Amino acid sequence: MFKKIKLKIGKENAQRELKVAVLGNPNSGKSTLFNALTGLNQQTGNYPGVTVEKHSGDALIHDDKTGDNIYVTYLDLPGTYSIYPKTLDEEVCFKVMCDDTNEDHPDAAIIVADASNLRRSLFLATQIIDLRIPCIFVMNMMDIARVRGVHIDTSELSKFLGVPVVAANARKHHGVDEIKQLLAHGLTPPQKDFIDINQFVPAQVMEPSQKMFPKKSPYGVYQLVNNEAGIEHFEILPTQKIDIKKLIKASGFDKHRIQSQETIARYKAINEIVKECVKIDEEEKRKSLSSRIDAILTHKVWGYLIFLGVLFVIFQSIFLIAKYPMDGIEFFFVKLSELGNDTLPKGELSALLINGILAGLSGIVVFVPQIALLFAFIAILEDTGYMARVSFLMDRLMRPLGLNGRSVIPLMSGMACAVPAIMGARTISNWKERMITIMVTPLMSCSARLPVYTLLISLVIPSTHNYGFFNMQGLVLMGMYLIGFLAALAAAFVMKSILKSREKSHFIMELPLYHIPKFSTIGLTIYQKVRMFLFDAGKVIIAISIILWFMASHAPKGTLPAIETAYQSTDSTKKYNPQQLETRVSSAKLKASYAGMAGKWIEPVIKPLGFDWKIGIALITSFAAREAFVGTMATLYSADSKDNTQSIREKMAAATNRETGGPEYTAAVGFSLMLFYAFAMQCMSTLAVVYRETKSIKWPIIQFLYMGAMAYLASLIVFQVFK
Amino acid sequence: MSKEILTLDKLKLGEAAIVISFNDEENALKFMEMGCTPGQKIKMESIAPLGDPIAVIVSGYKLSMRKTEAALINVERI
Repeated sequence: MFKKIKLKIGKENAQRELKVAVLGNPNSGKSTLFNALTGLNQQTGNYPGVTVEKHSGDALIHDDKTGDNIYVTYLDLPGTYSIYPKTLDEEVCFKVMCDDTNEDHPDAAIIVADASNLRRSLFLATQIIDLRIPCIFVMNMMDIARVRGVHIDTSELSKFLGVPVVAANARKHHGVDEIKQLLAHGLTPPQKDFIDINQFVPAQVMEPSQKMFPKKSPYGVYQLVNNEAGIEHFEILPTQKIDIKKLIKASGFDKHRIQSQETIARYKAINEIVKECVKIDEEEKRKSLSSRIDAILTHKVWGYLIFLGVLFVIFQSIFLIAKYPMDGIEFFFVKLSELGNDTLPKGELSALLINGILAGLSGIVVFVPQIALLFAFIAILEDTGYMARVSFLMDRLMRPLGLNGRSVIPLMSGMACAVPAIMGARTISNWKERMITIMVTPLMSCSARLPVYTLLISLVIPSTHNYGFFNMQGLVLMGMYLIGFLAALAAAFVMKSILKSREKSHFIMELPLYHIPKFSTIGLTIYQKVRMFLFDAGKVIIAISIILWFMASHAPKGTLPAIETAYQSTDSTKKYNPQQLETRVSSAKLKASYAGMAGKWIEPVIKPLGFDWKIGIALITSFAAREAFVGTMATLYSADSKDNTQSIREKMAAATNRETGGPEYTAAVGFSLMLFYAFAMQCMSTLAVVYRETKSIKWPIIQFLYMGAMAYLASLIVFQVFK
Repeated sequence: MSKEILTLDKLKLGEAAIVISFNDEENALKFMEMGCTPGQKIKMESIAPLGDPIAVIVSGYKLSMRKTEAALINVERI
């Protein structure tokens, strides 16, 4: 062991710098090793031009031979099976590894292999070796493989590959120091080619291309030529591109044939190595436990029951357990703004701080418990290997809708809150399936719609209507949830035929062996997701809540003081007690404000839906959060009641329609309003997260428009038919 | 008994076969990258409750795919 020296991780404390890429198959434990190498010093960003998340991290390595400190930037590349780019993730790996002008092109690579899946890992490893990138081959989970009866001769393997081989278990931090010292001592580029690519590629292409790029290995040159369509990313001269295109055309270069020849040859050579270096005691024994678990978890009855149980636990947790910390956060912010109101000098700046910024902040922080819980569950499901089985069980059901087996968890989580759900759609690797999931998830009835539904249901459905066992109000509430669910499925079906994708939907994936989840990995996932939400989506939410605050509290010049003076007349002060007076003033102010003006302004548009300008104001303020509907209605109706003892429900029930003279909230208005809330995209936090996740303003706008159109049409039809 | 060539999706649960060839170039490359190369032993391990997708054991691990994808792999029963 070398002495650990605590130094600030910064370039100023290092003698040298090194860029290291960590790559490997999905489920190889690549990210666990990355976490072990970097700790918490990680950054998440995006690769330029694509929506693939980029994880990088910094660390200092103390070289125990020279005493130097080396500043290492690790790059955690997306999991891939080969260097040939087919998906967006693989394209990132291809560009980073094959293009030495890429800003992320590494000085060295760590190739992580699951020791019990050696052949497939060697396929990727030998491609990197043929690119002549200095690398270390890390056999992860070596101890587990040994228990399962797999014995690997690492020194023999190292001789065959021509690169250092390390046996490790990143979960237990085994082998991590060895990897660091290997990096510190310096690696040399591999000297021999594993596969001679010249035997498959026509010499009339290879020779002139090699001359164009003398520094590249033959395999590197071939990869560049093979991806001729993609080489616009490389900094090569336009004339060279044209030359390569000409060569390809002239020689009858068949990229698919060469690739399949290379793949077969590579596996053949790998099989020879495995025969030499790997001894397996009992092939069947090592897979038996996972197989037995699979027999239950993918069973036609138990499989679905267990999955329903898992969903139930997740849903209940986001819905119920998260409620307590959320209440706590809300309480904290209420107290904080009360404190602000009491201590800060009255004025515009204080109002902005308390009602604008603080309210926005509370609207962001309040989501943290739900996000943390959902990602804890998703991380556990991923880390154990159960998520792949969920896809296996659900794929057949979700496929006709253009969704993936993995869409189930985000969709169901959307019933609690769309914000974490949309972030959870990241586990879907296919772009089109992920986009559809993101676009339809907000149609699932989230918990913020619940207060709106309960208020309106209690208003228009008599609680006395019971059908035997069933309570009518409860049935209608369930119906609203069902409508949201069906709308999401229908929208997915429509979007499936509209969205175009160059990525083919496929389901060729590994069902990894089961693992016990590692809690530091789960903790890190939660930390990253929460941080991402707070800082990226948070900015948008704060901005919108400041606009909403301004609209609700400001009015054209002179109107607000006029209201104050009007209510200060002796007539009013006699008629009402101070509290009544205050609610009346705030109600009058809200009506006169820009939000109130907007409510009146949109009245002609929403009138066919049965909504008046008061509902119009509530629709606008609901944009901060749907449950704001209840609060806004309470403020607006406070002026119309004789005293303040009536509840908001009673006040709304007593409201009369100006034209008909009958009750304002008829069943038709109630249902029209509920459907509007079921379909309309009235949540700035969701829009902010969609923007964050899709990296484009286009998708939140489309979402806002299509859901708005659905809401308008549904409400229009219901009101016009039933009024 | 003469050995018949069939597509992977026709294999019954628990049956083993040898990969012979592929009917689709693009997917062939994907399969081969993942260790499903001609000459490899492949075993029908499980079928999802709704009859699709399926899971096979190949190259020492469990690989799942849709039936339409399995229909692209020609195998010889052993």
